[in-house]
Amino acid sequence: MLSKKQKFSSIGKKVLMALTGFFLMFFLLQHLSINLLSVVNADVFNKVSHFMGTNPVVQYVLQPVLIFSVVFHFAWGMVLEYQNNQARDVKYAKYKGNANATWMSRNMIISGLAVLAFLAIHFYDFWLPEINTKYIQGDMSGMKHGSDNFRYHEELVSKFAHQPIRVVLYIVAFMMLSLHLLHGFQSSFQTVGFNHSKYTPILKKLGNLFAIAVPLGFVIIAIYHYNSQPH
Amino acid sequence: MNLNLKVWRQNSPEEKGQMVDYQLEGISEHMSFLEMMDVLNQKLINSGERPVAFDHDCREGICGSCSMFINGEAHGPVKGTTTCQLHMRSFKDGDTIFIEPFRANAFPVIKDLVINRSAFDRIQHSGGYISVNTSGNTQDANATPIPKENADLAMDAATCIGCGACVATCKNSSAMLFVGAKISQYALLPQGQVEAKDRAQNMVAQMDAEGFGNCTNTGACEVECPKGISLSNIARMNREFLNGSITE
Repeated sequence: MLSKKQKFSSIGKKVLMALTGFFLMFFLLQHLSINLLSVVNADVFNKVSHFMGTNPVVQYVLQPVLIFSVVFHFAWGMVLEYQNNQARDVKYAKYKGNANATWMSRNMIISGLAVLAFLAIHFYDFWLPEINTKYIQGDMSGMKHGSDNFRYHEELVSKFAHQPIRVVLYIVAFMMLSLHLLHGFQSSFQTVGFNHSKYTPILKKLGNLFAIAVPLGFVIIAIYHYNSQPH
Repeated sequence: MNLNLKVWRQNSPEEKGQMVDYQLEGISEHMSFLEMMDVLNQKLINSGERPVAFDHDCREGICGSCSMFINGEAHGPVKGTTTCQLHMRSFKDGDTIFIEPFRANAFPVIKDLVINRSAFDRIQHSGGYISVNTSGNTQDANATPIPKENADLAMDAATCIGCGACVATCKNSSAMLFVGAKISQYALLPQGQVEAKDRAQNMVAQMDAEGFGNCTNTGACEVECPKGISLSNIARMNREFLNGSITE
């Protein structure tokens, strides 16, 4: 563990952002993998969703770590942005940011805040109803009310079928997530000290693939379910 | 060529500065940028005005004295050069040129375009050195075998002239490229191992105390560095720092 002194050094701050970033990227991959099942097989998706929603390790170990990582990554990112702004009181009259750095790397706060706004919608759509059903109403069965069928796949589809505004919001949000990951993936490795003349160029390509493929996967799932019910 | 200059004028660290417009006529494209500034200053002196203060020394890209943020870029539009190596042929007749000091709270303006870069000196003092016995029996450095690759990388890091372009161009005013280079030039050599564990800790602590921002890996510093110092030096600094933290 990092000591108090190191945690608040500039490098300690970066490393904490990178480590929570790594966990969130792993989470995205896991989330996408399960969501893809909703396109392939509704029964399998239901079973896996029920497992994830009721397994004590997932619910009481991984979920709190996830919540911590999400809150920390956003809050710490905003603190760092504020501190970095404070390091230059008098701004340049002319500053060509695009001459030497990508838009993605210079605007992580914008793509990050856009993802945060999306999370509010996403929590309202899925997480809050789930918490309400399971922990407030106490219904851990995973079954549709008054039926012996799992509710997860139907709930997912109902959120997107005939809901063009939600689908468009999701597409915009995932484009912002993609921009965030285009810098964030390779930046995380650099921060933890990984920079190699042979492997870093490969890692950057892998990062670009991750940053495009993962958000695109979520977008395809949203569009698939938008069209999956007869209009 | 005729030019419209917008130059930062500030009388002292305490006073507020402002951009001031100047017109220059008949500038040769073969002049260096600093020679163009000399022409401007002669014109100001002739008209009884105070000349523009700016740092310069070797005028051959080695000393790192000349700074200047020109048209939104540290050392101007040409990559891999200092301001003294920039020539007026990089501009066009009728151009408007913004000339500002390197800006960061850790680099306070002394006068006009002259900034105080002593924060870099204090970072160096905190760990940018090696301990060598100077008893008269000092071993020749070449007597220690060093892999060619490491010697080259250490030399690459040591080419940093401490000009501060990395800080000036970084949107966060971070000094990590400079500190990364200064740590790397010792971390790669056997002579630097004696203080290795404390060096990164102390230099990073001093860097933070000076008020530089945090690095967000935009890579702008690497692009604007007149000596082409690589971002890999920042990764090495991070490794050295974490290694020192964990094994402390």
